Amino acid sequence: MATPPEPEQLDDPLPAWSLPRDAVSRIRIANPLPERVDREWAIGGATGAGVKVCILDSGVERGHPLVGEPAGAVVISLGENGETIVEPDEEGDLCGHGTACAGIVHAIAPAAEIHSVRVLGAGFTGTGETMLAGLRWAVEQGFQVVNMSLSTTKRQFAELLHELADTAYFRRTVLVASAHNLPVESFPWRFSSVISVGSHEEEDPLVYYANPDPPVEFFARGVDVDVAWVGGGTIRATGNSFATPCISGVAALILGKHPSLAPFQVKTALYQTSTNVQASNG
Amino acid sequence: MADERLQAAVAAGLLGSEEEFSRLLRSIVEVARAIFGARASSIFLLDEEADELVFAAVAGEEEQFLVGRRLPSSTGIAGWVASSRTPLVLEDVQSDPRFARDVAADTGYVPSGLMAVPLLEEERVLGVLQVLDRPQRSRFSLQEMELLGLFGSQAAIALSLLGTARNARAALAGDGRSMLVARLAGALDHLEGERRQAAEALLQSLVTLLAERR
Repeated sequence: MATPPEPEQLDDPLPAWSLPRDAVSRIRIANPLPERVDREWAIGGATGAGVKVCILDSGVERGHPLVGEPAGAVVISLGENGETIVEPDEEGDLCGHGTACAGIVHAIAPAAEIHSVRVLGAGFTGTGETMLAGLRWAVEQGFQVVNMSLSTTKRQFAELLHELADTAYFRRTVLVASAHNLPVESFPWRFSSVISVGSHEEEDPLVYYANPDPPVEFFARGVDVDVAWVGGGTIRATGNSFATPCISGVAALILGKHPSLAPFQVKTALYQTSTNVQASNG
Repeated sequence: MADERLQAAVAAGLLGSEEEFSRLLRSIVEVARAIFGARASSIFLLDEEADELVFAAVAGEEEQFLVGRRLPSSTGIAGWVASSRTPLVLEDVQSDPRFARDVAADTGYVPSGLMAVPLLEEERVLGVLQVLDRPQRSRFSLQEMELLGLFGSQAAIALSLLGTARNARAALAGDGRSMLVARLAGALDHLEGERRQAAEALLQSLVTLLAERR
């Protein structure tokens, strides 16, 4: 596979709010989406090489045969004054859920780097704050994809999460977030700057549907999925939690092949390559 | 303020006792077990102060001696469901060695599959409802997930209502006069027919009498 081109960068940043006439030539787009975006263009031959995928969850078991060794693992906690503490994570996975998500990404994009950011397991109180701090840290690290099979029902976090989701969007971090499985309001999956995922009942991990009636934008495999679990084994699991890493995996494939794409282009590529859109395009 | 306390006292008197709270918990697990034709069902309530989940009721194979047992609030499967506020449906859980070891040591019964749903009342997590070993069919369905969610939210509303009364009673326990009103309201509510009419007439006379003496 050809070496992917570098993301477009401007040595001398433009003014934030305007485009002077003499700067027009500087914003030439080197790698626009082609007229026809199909699976061959988007992910044909792709492995996810060069893409860092963050699993924001309960940790990832080290050396699991279906995940491999995570390239990085940290645990997020909050100090006495609410400051974010980031430490190397020696615990692995405190539930199994994070390992499951990492395994699904790894199966689809085997060459993508898995980075675990553990935000659950340190106690019930403060889970919303810790999740927020973990997401902020992940966005600062510049991971290209953040898998968030999590949400919060606490409205008090909605505004901060919204800002963070927008920051991720502008910093070219693709945030893939699970829709809640219950009829409750939760965040950040409802925000338009993220890619939100619900479940379908089919078995193929590369079958995904674009939803013409959001807020859930895509449906991926989420029912009776064999997933990696703690103890080196597998478990059969159901939930949007497991549909989300399918889309994260495909996003990693797209970005491995086309690293200059911004999140809205990745979303467009996912839309164009989704099973129902492909079917109607012939 | 005094009015509010009297209203709370009347509500607490009408809204049931500790025993009714336990009956509600048992009813939730029994209905959950019946809906899914499962081998067992259990409910954990969240004790936020202790940061633990308390095993509050069980229907099915497991024994009642488990009631009262405590688990960490954010690790393991029930802990994940509580702290992430997200349901999980898992099969082949015995392949999780930690789960099998912890649960078997406690209960002697290790389920092969479980469905766990958080009991959410608005933003609050009240606990976790588990359905263990539903019959195996070819595939799980999204309809079952929806049913689990719908039943979980109904159970959460009932728990929240009785929980409010429970807290009101606890708050009133130190207030003799309000507690008297609560007991009166509760006693009146349990009367039927002529006895109730007579009691209401008596109370009405009392109100008139007290108003005249002001």
